[in-house]
Amino acid sequence: MQPFEYRRAPTLDAALAEARAAATAYIAGGTNLVDYMTLGVLRPQTLVDINHLPQSYAQIDASETRLRLGALVRMSQAEEHPLIRERYPLIRDTLLLAASRQIRNMASLGGNLLQQTRCEYFRGRGFACNRREPGSGCAALEGVNRPHAVLGTSESCIATYPGDFAQALIALDATVEIAGGRGAPRRVPFASLHRLPGDTPHIQHSLAPGELITYIDVPAGPWTRRSRYVKVRDRESYEFALASAAVALQLEGEMVREARVALGGVATVPWRAREAEEVLRGAVLDESLAQRAAAAAFAAAAPRGHNAFKIPLGRETLVRALLEARSMSA
Amino acid sequence: MNPATPAPRENQGAPLERVDARLKVTGEARYAADIAVANLAYGVLVTSTVARGAVSELSLEAARATPGVLDIVSYDDVRELRKPTFGMGSYTSLGPLHERRIFHDGQIMALVVAETYQAAEEAAASVTARYAQEPASAELDSPGTEELDAAGKVAMLKKDPASGDFEQAYQAAPVRIDAEYRTPTQTHNPIELFSTTAVWSDGQLTVYEPTQSVYGFRSEIAKQLNLDLAQVRVVSPYVGGSFGSKGPLTPRTAIVALAARRLGRPVRCVVSRAQGFTTQPYRAPTRHHIRLGATRDGTISAFSHEAWELTSRLDNYAVAGTKTTTRLYGYGAVASKVRIVRADRQTPAFMRSPPELPYVFPLETALDELAYALGMDPLDLRLKNDSQREPIEGKPFSSRHLKECYEEGAAAFRWRERNPRPASMREGDWLIGFGCATAVYPTNVAAAAARVRLAADGTVRVQSASHEIGTGIRTVAGQMAAERLGVPLAAVSVEMGDTNLPPAPTSGGSNSTASVCSAVLKACDQVRARLFQAASAAKSGPLAGRDVSRMTLRDGTVLAGDGASQPLQQVLGASGAGAIEEYAEFVPSGAPVDAMQKLYRGQTTMVRSEERPAVSFAFGAEFVEVRIHARTREIRVPRLLGAFAAGRIMNTRTARSQLMGGMIFGMSSALLESTELDPRSARIVNADLQDYLVPVNADTGTVEVIMLSETDTSVNPAGVKGLGELGDVGTNAALANAVFHATGKRLRNLPIRLEDLLGGDSAA
Repeated sequence: MQPFEYRRAPTLDAALAEARAAATAYIAGGTNLVDYMTLGVLRPQTLVDINHLPQSYAQIDASETRLRLGALVRMSQAEEHPLIRERYPLIRDTLLLAASRQIRNMASLGGNLLQQTRCEYFRGRGFACNRREPGSGCAALEGVNRPHAVLGTSESCIATYPGDFAQALIALDATVEIAGGRGAPRRVPFASLHRLPGDTPHIQHSLAPGELITYIDVPAGPWTRRSRYVKVRDRESYEFALASAAVALQLEGEMVREARVALGGVATVPWRAREAEEVLRGAVLDESLAQRAAAAAFAAAAPRGHNAFKIPLGRETLVRALLEARSMSA
Repeated sequence: MNPATPAPRENQGAPLERVDARLKVTGEARYAADIAVANLAYGVLVTSTVARGAVSELSLEAARATPGVLDIVSYDDVRELRKPTFGMGSYTSLGPLHERRIFHDGQIMALVVAETYQAAEEAAASVTARYAQEPASAELDSPGTEELDAAGKVAMLKKDPASGDFEQAYQAAPVRIDAEYRTPTQTHNPIELFSTTAVWSDGQLTVYEPTQSVYGFRSEIAKQLNLDLAQVRVVSPYVGGSFGSKGPLTPRTAIVALAARRLGRPVRCVVSRAQGFTTQPYRAPTRHHIRLGATRDGTISAFSHEAWELTSRLDNYAVAGTKTTTRLYGYGAVASKVRIVRADRQTPAFMRSPPELPYVFPLETALDELAYALGMDPLDLRLKNDSQREPIEGKPFSSRHLKECYEEGAAAFRWRERNPRPASMREGDWLIGFGCATAVYPTNVAAAAARVRLAADGTVRVQSASHEIGTGIRTVAGQMAAERLGVPLAAVSVEMGDTNLPPAPTSGGSNSTASVCSAVLKACDQVRARLFQAASAAKSGPLAGRDVSRMTLRDGTVLAGDGASQPLQQVLGASGAGAIEEYAEFVPSGAPVDAMQKLYRGQTTMVRSEERPAVSFAFGAEFVEVRIHARTREIRVPRLLGAFAAGRIMNTRTARSQLMGGMIFGMSSALLESTELDPRSARIVNADLQDYLVPVNADTGTVEVIMLSETDTSVNPAGVKGLGELGDVGTNAALANAVFHATGKRLRNLPIRLEDLLGGDSAA
């Protein structure tokens, strides 16, 4: 690990001021950042510790119509919140099924959204990686790419976005509040936070240098109670998804009035499957409809050797999530 | 009843707590890299990023300029080191710094030494290399590898076992199975990282390093550094798991010792998880071709086992498990052949359980296939071919209770309640499958020495340079002494893991309990004899003049044949002795006469099962239940059950723990563990615990261990067969067989993953 400077910011303004310097990174839980710093993959010269910002950034504000989460709320704190459990089962599932409890006790929600891919070739050790070293190539394209993405890929990068929580947010049309620009904080739809790799996979999100996510807002909809996350992996716990599906449904009898679908473990960024939603909307939800929606979701999928199974697996995962959401009492 | 403390059956010892349990759970147990050493400098390895070629330039300038860097040992600095020789002591003949040639991914190119670990790591990361790179052939099927017959070329196999005319018997058999199986590269990954701490003082070298063989390490270190044995001490008080990886010495140790000597300062090198994958040995991938012939009533008439194992370009290494598989059942004619495939990889080495885990898998899967071809219960097929003689030389088994294991295991598992038809059992969205397979492990025993002291206050000290690698050897050795000397276990202290103690064999091949306890037993009996002599020779006292041959020792009291008794402290007090101390050497029958001298020189000579007049093995029957999601095909294992017969069980608590750990290890080996190589660069991709998966608690459902009572004193004085390597054998096959039962899909390549089950057959 290269030497770095550590600064503790007591206020948001102080944090933003510190972060104007070059090669600065914010640190909250540090569960992802420190790992990659010890590997030499991330090499910030200054760490700005935001754990001591005012309490408001670590609070959950829940009401009938909305859910506002401070970016410094810990994953375990959110998964235990009674209102999230009751009204946003999807959010709770994505948190509960992520990492381990020890990590969730440390990891902040804001940091979770911007976590790095766990692509083995990104971890360094001399492998080519356009995300780590722009222009060096992508060793995963012809390499061991079982965990890699089949959606949103490019010739430069097929690294999977590893998070679960993000799938709930993109499905539920969340917005994030970002501080650090000129003037008042800006609000952007969560769906526009991450960037497809294209030919610039090293640019992963739309934050400007020094900007900081401060809040996450999730609107309540008639579909949030009937929402479900299915995560499929080799191991029962403490592992990233091979495929996952986040589903929120508003049903009228057996008919789908509204559907929200997101996919994890299979795409390079948090992935909203709008093609699947369109198939579902206005139709009777049964096995065959679920299969058609799943086929639509993966119509554009591009396999690469070892990960071809993710297409049938991803489809089955979505079908399972849809049918399980249908049978929820909401 | 607490399942962790099974009630002992006949010939089984009490489920006493581990003597070091409290130290371990409170973090007080000191592992090699925890030992405080003054004025330490820290070393970090620099390893290659190509798998084959030559190092044309290694740029060390940036590393030397890093603040805190003290020294760098690289090419041209190792003239004082002798290259290792391949064998039991060193797993490879590669001297990584003796030439600029790269034989495998992640080969050591330098050791950077600095004031702090962080500085050494930063400097090591700044080293860049240029290579004359060559294409590497690193898998069993890669073009450019070299294949040769193993027999006579590898230490583990003199001759391929065979009996009768296999081809004729096979062709004549009405029911035949002919299939290929594969097991992957696997890496031991003990939780304790590999490390070396080298401390010089007046020409004496002390090495603190986790090892399964302090005496073996001492002799290898002395050889590589041109020292006398007396100049080297190796200390390894506790070992945080090893599974074979810490058995032989690796080239790092001598390099760290050299760096410490150059610097005139102790050096500690803790190897990163990733570098542990490439600078320590691993389990070689294997391929198997099995042919089985049987009559319609299920009598096996022909068995052939051909195998291929990967090794390095430098060393001929194979585990050659045909020695066990060809003796497991009463087959008719038997043929076997082991081949090694030399590739651009490191030399592999033992991994729990070296020959049996990869070799029993194809046999026990093929038997399941044969059972289905015959329309027979797979359990009945095994019982039908159970035999009290092995088919290669016709020798008897010293004891064999496989049938009893199957019967008791099947009853506890409720095996007979299964519907034998594949893909027939289901609960909700989950397909259910049951599978079974045989566990087997040869009984190994080796020469060992121990010193036992009985003090006047009734405390006992046991000393033997064995190794607490998590097996509970300290506890059972202490238990043996407590039992023979009639004192509570709490009065016994056990010292191990130090070449200043009497030598014990390598802790591998499940020999330790048998060998060490036999030596402790012998030393205790010598102590007893002296104690009884003192009691009888006393001028006065309750035991004066009594017959020593009829004396016993119980609950701290010496008892004469007529019921007269005297507390042992009084016996000692009256004799005037401060303590009675005895040193004993146990040399098993069949061992060479110089076995003990070899042991002092670091060489363990194992008396192997097949070398005895009656072959001896521990046996078990394993049962696995799998649940497979009908849609998404995750494979979960709610139940593992094993019934084992392994001779005397010293302590049912530690034995259960080992067998349970073994079955989980076997499940992990079948479902999760695989060291993956990048197809183009032949480099390991998943060199971390993120993608090299081992099970977490949530993956481990009910694990039930049944230990049958078995008495077999022909194996060694302690009557112990050993079981550290038994529990994980056959679990992989039982699991693959359960997957077949659940889905109707036969999988012959490990690890089994959900994608192998996607699409087709009996989905929802």
